[in-house]
Amino acid sequence: MAAVGILDVDLCGPSIPRMLSIGRPDVHQCDAGWVPVYADAQKSLALMSIGFLLEDPDEAVVWRGPKKSAMIGQFVSDVAWGELDVLLVDTPPGTSDEHLAVLENLKKHRVDGAILVTTPQAVSTGDVRREITFCKKTGVRVLGIVENMSGFVCPHCSECSNIFSKGGGEDLAKLTGSVFLGSVPLDPLLSSSIEEGKDFMQSFPNSATFSAINSISQALLSSLQND
Amino acid sequence: MADVPDNAPEHCPGTTSEQAGKSSSCEGCPNQKVCASGATKAPDPAIAEIGAKLSTVKHKILVLSGKGGVGKSTFSAHLAHALASDSTKEVALLDVDICGPSIPRIMGLEGEQVHQSGSGWSPVYVDDNLAVMSIGFLLSSPDDAVIWRGPKKNGMIKQFLRDVDWGDLDYLIVDTPPGTSDEHLSIVQYLSATHVDGAVIITTPQEVSLQDVRKEIRFCQKVKLPIIGVVENMSGFVCPSCKNTSQIFPPTTGGAERMCADLNLPLLGKVPLDPRIARSCDEGKSFLNEVPDSPSAEVYQNIVQSIKDYCSNRVTEEQSTT
Repeated sequence: MAAVGILDVDLCGPSIPRMLSIGRPDVHQCDAGWVPVYADAQKSLALMSIGFLLEDPDEAVVWRGPKKSAMIGQFVSDVAWGELDVLLVDTPPGTSDEHLAVLENLKKHRVDGAILVTTPQAVSTGDVRREITFCKKTGVRVLGIVENMSGFVCPHCSECSNIFSKGGGEDLAKLTGSVFLGSVPLDPLLSSSIEEGKDFMQSFPNSATFSAINSISQALLSSLQND
Repeated sequence: MADVPDNAPEHCPGTTSEQAGKSSSCEGCPNQKVCASGATKAPDPAIAEIGAKLSTVKHKILVLSGKGGVGKSTFSAHLAHALASDSTKEVALLDVDICGPSIPRIMGLEGEQVHQSGSGWSPVYVDDNLAVMSIGFLLSSPDDAVIWRGPKKNGMIKQFLRDVDWGDLDYLIVDTPPGTSDEHLSIVQYLSATHVDGAVIITTPQEVSLQDVRKEIRFCQKVKLPIIGVVENMSGFVCPSCKNTSQIFPPTTGGAERMCADLNLPLLGKVPLDPRIARSCDEGKSFLNEVPDSPSAEVYQNIVQSIKDYCSNRVTEEQSTT
């Protein structure tokens, strides 16, 4: 079983704790630093998020850039992750303090690359193009592009509706010479699983959504292994 | 002094921040002593200048959300279109999403550039009575990334408010990026010598969205920004084929309706998903013009009316107290 860590650097909108049904445990210190919070008994999925450090879950983190950068520095350097196969860093939208802080603090470690997530709309890919430029300028390899919210199959009649337009992810990959990792459809079961902190992958292994996420993960893992 | 002076080191915390002159990045900076003395934290003269400049703007509305991707820019753009459909009103839309400026595309203004004149920067006009400003107009390529830290973003926002020749406006709408950080603090700070009617807060029905939106609401309360109300986007989808409704983003904790009831805030409306909204935005057209009979368009129009009523009630209240 792989050991995976998730570092949630979305300080203003930390969603990962809810999605993993982790609640608000205390964060403890050990000799090596802060102990991350584990999502499972086997300790195969570790998480650090500012969500754990807030007394009140509705409390707003109203910080300017320098304070956000300092916190992220601590998250990268002071968390005792232990042995991990993969560390995933979830970021807020943008190309600003959080993104620069993560890269600066990870400089002494190897960053395999970045996955860029878009929806099919031009309004979305228009911003993701700029994020790709950010990666190029900061020397981060683009591992590939994932297109989320890629169509909705009506559960009543099976008609597919392209609610957020169509094809933007593949077009963006072609335009920027990036790998298109795959697309994930809109799925109310995914939305509700995530809200309720359930493991969608365990609950709905026969769904088209599972198949899509699975093939994206496999493509990513083989690309990382081939390095 | 500028928020990030030209001779400042790379990690300058900003001349008006708590860390000014005191952070480790300040070592060796020629401005360190001045910053550490507190002189740079005196009220920014730009605040008064902006107050004067925007005294001819009758109503200012901020569009906020704690969460990304919920449809803030889509809403801001359509609010602007709807308000400007009254040709007797002058409307402007200011996009302060510095890293992800979507407004030019949504308003059909991609590729437009900003012009300078004696009276400042000219915004770009969609119609005679609808003006737009965005950093998108200052970038020469759709691939350009704005890789700026907080202080530099704040400086840009200050310029947008102080140096754009808005003229007399009935409505100034400000579209923001998600979060509760530099852009949000700066907008509130730079508008502190003016009257801001309030904020419209956008969410989707999901708890992961509401969770962040509650923080945004706390932010508004903290900075004493009135909340006009909440809009729930992506609120159900009617299949065009079989007409059944699906909740694609299920309101597992009661959606915006429950949140508004808990927090005693007006729910301005619930906008259903319609693929033609995304298409209109991609094509730079107003969905309200393209598909006026859509249930989503009707909800939008009702929301806009509520906002107009709120703004004119505020004027009536002020007049009756003076």
